[in-house]
Amino acid sequence: MTATTLYDKLWNSHVVTSDADGTTVLYIDLHLIHEVTSPQAFEGLRAAGRKVHSPEKTVAVPDHNVPTTADRLLTIKDPEGRLQLEMLDSNCRDFGVPYIPMNDIRQGIVHIIGPELGLTQPGKTIVCGDSHTSTHGALGALAFGIGTSEVEHVLATQTLLTKKSKNMRVLVEGKLPAGVTAKDLVLAIIGKIGTSGGTGYVIEYVGEAFRDLSMEGRMTVCNMSIEGGARAGLIAPDDKTFEYLKGRSHAPKGAAWEQAVAYWRTLKSDEGAHFDKEVVLNAADLVPHVTWGTSPEDVLPISAKVPDPKSFADANKSKAAQRSIEYMGLTVGMPLEQIKVDKVFIGSCTNGRIEDMRAAAAVLKGRKVAKGVGVLIVPGSGQVKHQAEEEGLDAIFTAAGAEWREPGCSMCLGMNPDVLKPGERCASTSNRNFEGRQGVGGRTHLVSPAMAAAAAITGHLTDVRKI
Amino acid sequence: MEKFKVLKAVAAPLPLVNVDTDMIIPARFLKTIKRTGLGKSLFYAMRFDETGAEKPDFVLNKDAYRNSKILIAGDNFGCGSSREHAPWSLADFGIRCVIAPSFADIFYGNSFKNGILCITLPQAQVDMLSAKASTGNTAGGAFTVDLENGTITAPDGAVVTFSVDGTKRNNLLNGLDDIGITMQSADKIGAFEDKQRREQPWLYQSA
Repeated sequence: MTATTLYDKLWNSHVVTSDADGTTVLYIDLHLIHEVTSPQAFEGLRAAGRKVHSPEKTVAVPDHNVPTTADRLLTIKDPEGRLQLEMLDSNCRDFGVPYIPMNDIRQGIVHIIGPELGLTQPGKTIVCGDSHTSTHGALGALAFGIGTSEVEHVLATQTLLTKKSKNMRVLVEGKLPAGVTAKDLVLAIIGKIGTSGGTGYVIEYVGEAFRDLSMEGRMTVCNMSIEGGARAGLIAPDDKTFEYLKGRSHAPKGAAWEQAVAYWRTLKSDEGAHFDKEVVLNAADLVPHVTWGTSPEDVLPISAKVPDPKSFADANKSKAAQRSIEYMGLTVGMPLEQIKVDKVFIGSCTNGRIEDMRAAAAVLKGRKVAKGVGVLIVPGSGQVKHQAEEEGLDAIFTAAGAEWREPGCSMCLGMNPDVLKPGERCASTSNRNFEGRQGVGGRTHLVSPAMAAAAAITGHLTDVRKI
Repeated sequence: MEKFKVLKAVAAPLPLVNVDTDMIIPARFLKTIKRTGLGKSLFYAMRFDETGAEKPDFVLNKDAYRNSKILIAGDNFGCGSSREHAPWSLADFGIRCVIAPSFADIFYGNSFKNGILCITLPQAQVDMLSAKASTGNTAGGAFTVDLENGTITAPDGAVVTFSVDGTKRNNLLNGLDDIGITMQSADKIGAFEDKQRREQPWLYQSA
């Protein structure tokens, strides 16, 4: 038998049929849907008189445009957003798709609730009309984002028509130093490979640094695979994965659990399996990272300075850096630690899990938010919110002067009421620092939850290790 | 889906790297339940100022390029989100072909499903076509993209060849719908499910 990678195994076990040129009908075990990328897919089904092939393998939840204020259950002011939410509700009813409404404790960001409910399991193929579907790869599932035409395709056939990607391995051995988190690790990886370094690949993350991460940390890493251009990220499931899943509402039970775990243990790359590309980093060298520009690859250690566009060898990159620095309102040579922030956002599918809330609380405990800085802390799901409140984290946040909100995508993407004003600068635990991503003219610096909390206290980007 | 055989149209140069999906269409314009009508929001922040007035320097606002159906862009075009609103807005504006050194995977797939041909060429060839589209007497002239023969002909007659994945090419040439094609494999999908149900019964437990 030829040695195969984890990705090869996941792919091979889901091939329904394949053409000579590699075009494959790939079976999909779990389809997650939300309000923004599904209405046109349901419209397509209706127009063609098609049904949903497997409603029981589909789960819908609203997240992208839900407001995060407590009054959201009374009314949603934005008529377009409200219409999308109503459409999701009625489409799910019409097509028999399980739906988690906004007032349900299980509601949250689709990539937070999948693992949380035990829907996400090793060995599954998982898709969603959202690029951060890569998150679910942290449990050893092959998970990737799709467009709306593909959402319609999966709804109609429970398969995708697609081609296999190449294999890439990111190896990070060693221990992450204190104060350096999963977010810093993935930002450093993106800094190294660039935002197109993973294009055409599925990345498997291997080595001690990933093994040592909590499941939440692994999800943060896999979540941002797409920022490195890879549609999917993978971490081989291990005892930590099984421990995380055991007892969750949709996880297998009883004898089926034992049978599933026995299978899940086979899900790893064989010794000597071929990877088309390999990247190696040393965990011990890593420090907290922060982005300075408008692409996730514009990332540097917090101790660095705003780079000189002239220092980029590639003319196109140099031009892009110039544009970024202008948009971000920065000065070449300015220490990153001197960059003042107006807002801090802690949340999103990248960093909206309980561990992220705890990391932020550890920094904010007994401290006050700097004058003039607005801090928004948004749990990724109703269950994260409940757990955080059980642990008293909400009291720490509000005592520090931060706002504690209802679950949703919030200020990650500028399509619900949580947006930056033009020119406002935000230390954000989200995943994209594109121009206007958090609101028209808004300026985003991507950081870890601990670094975001540190910026909240000092009012400027800060090395959390100094606090 | 509209067929794509030969496209003769003006090509607009957009020589920026990492043109992301938020640049193509900002998220606030995604709150629609339709596939159409998004052309007015295409490249919104680059095309319009705070008052909604056109920015005269942006290429698609220049008279020579208003009717462009081809874009010549930089590396990693379409990076970011999976929003199909990106190709919908391009298509609604009238763009049927994007030429770049590389594309983000999800955007690439989404485009073909909406009748937009993405052509990947080496940087030097993209630079050459971009220069012809932006300067000299070829600027604002008509380029011909021939999918059947895999050629791009510049207004001055210069020819560049390209290739596209066979299935994507065939679907575009014939305007085929993926779902219809896959449904021909319904028996195989059923057989797959039967086998999976036997081997991995936990996937079929009702939870």
